[in-house]
Amino acid sequence: MNNAAKEGIRITAADEVRLANGAGAAALLAAGIGSFVLGALAVLADKSAAVKSRMIFWKPTGPLSGVTTLAIAAWLFVWLLLHWRWRGRDVALKPVLGAALVLLALALALTFPPIADWL
Amino acid sequence: MEITTRALWALIHGMGFGGLYLLACSGALVELYRRNASRAPSAARGDGFLRVYLAAMAALAWLAVMTGAYVIYPWYRAVPPAGTADLRGFPQRLLMASPRTIAWHALGMEWKEHVAWLAPIAVTMAAAVVWQYGRELRNHRGLRAAVLCFLWVSLAAAGVAGFFGAMINKNAPVEGGQTIRLLQGD
Repeated sequence: MNNAAKEGIRITAADEVRLANGAGAAALLAAGIGSFVLGALAVLADKSAAVKSRMIFWKPTGPLSGVTTLAIAAWLFVWLLLHWRWRGRDVALKPVLGAALVLLALALALTFPPIADWL
Repeated sequence: MEITTRALWALIHGMGFGGLYLLACSGALVELYRRNASRAPSAARGDGFLRVYLAAMAALAWLAVMTGAYVIYPWYRAVPPAGTADLRGFPQRLLMASPRTIAWHALGMEWKEHVAWLAPIAVTMAAAVVWQYGRELRNHRGLRAAVLCFLWVSLAAAGVAGFFGAMINKNAPVEGGQTIRLLQGD
C-alpha cells in the first residue's frame, strides 16, 4: 500500500485529491459522544448523592470538576480510538452523523435543568 | 474608578474570552458556509486563515470555560460562615435567599455551568475537521453540514452561558479580593 492510500487519499478521474471521510466522521461522532457523556454525568450527579460526591475532583469547583473532566476524557479517548480505526477509510456517513447529531441533541436536553429535574 | 480582582476576572472571562468567542462564532459560520457553498476557485484562497481562525476560537472557548469553572465559580459558590447576614460576598447564597432571584441560580447557573462546555468540544472538533480537510470539505457534504450544526449549537450554548452570566453578575456580582485603582478622581 503506498503512502497516499495509507492516508486515505484518493486520486479521482479528474485528478482531484479526495480525502477519505473516516477521520472527519471520527471527530464528529466523538464530539457527539463527549457531549452526551457530559449531559448524562450532569444528570447523574444531580440525582445521586453518591455520584455527586465522587464527582468532586477539586473541592472549590465541586461536582462540576469531575463531570467535565470525565466527559473530556471520554471524548478524547473515543476520538483517538475512532480516529485510529477509521483514519484513511471511507465509512457509511449517514448513520455516523445521525448518531452524532442525536447525541448532541440529547446532550443539549440533558443540560437543561427542567428536563434533568423531570427525569 | 476602581475594580476588584474578582470583578476583573469575571470581566476577562465573560467579556474577554466569552464575548470574543460569540463574536467570532458568527464569522466562522458565515465563512464556513460561504467558502464551501461556492465552487469558485477563489474560494480555495484563505484556507490557512480559516484554520487559524477556528483554532483561535477553540482556544477562546477553552479559556472561557476553564476560567469560569476554576477561577470564578469557586468564588460564586463559596459557603458563608454560619450566621452571616451580609451575603454580598457569596453570590450563590445571595441569589438563593430571595424568591425573586433564586431562579437565576436554579435555572441560570445550573444550565450555564454545564451547557457552556458543549462549545469548546464542538469548536475543537470543527477546527480539527477544517484543519484536516481544508477546501476538500466541499466534497464531503454530510461532514460539512454536521460541522455547521455543531457550530450552531456551540453558538447557542455560548449565548445561553453569556446571557445568564451577565444576568447573574447583575443580580449578585462576584466581588472581592484586592482593589485595583484605575483612575484617581478629582
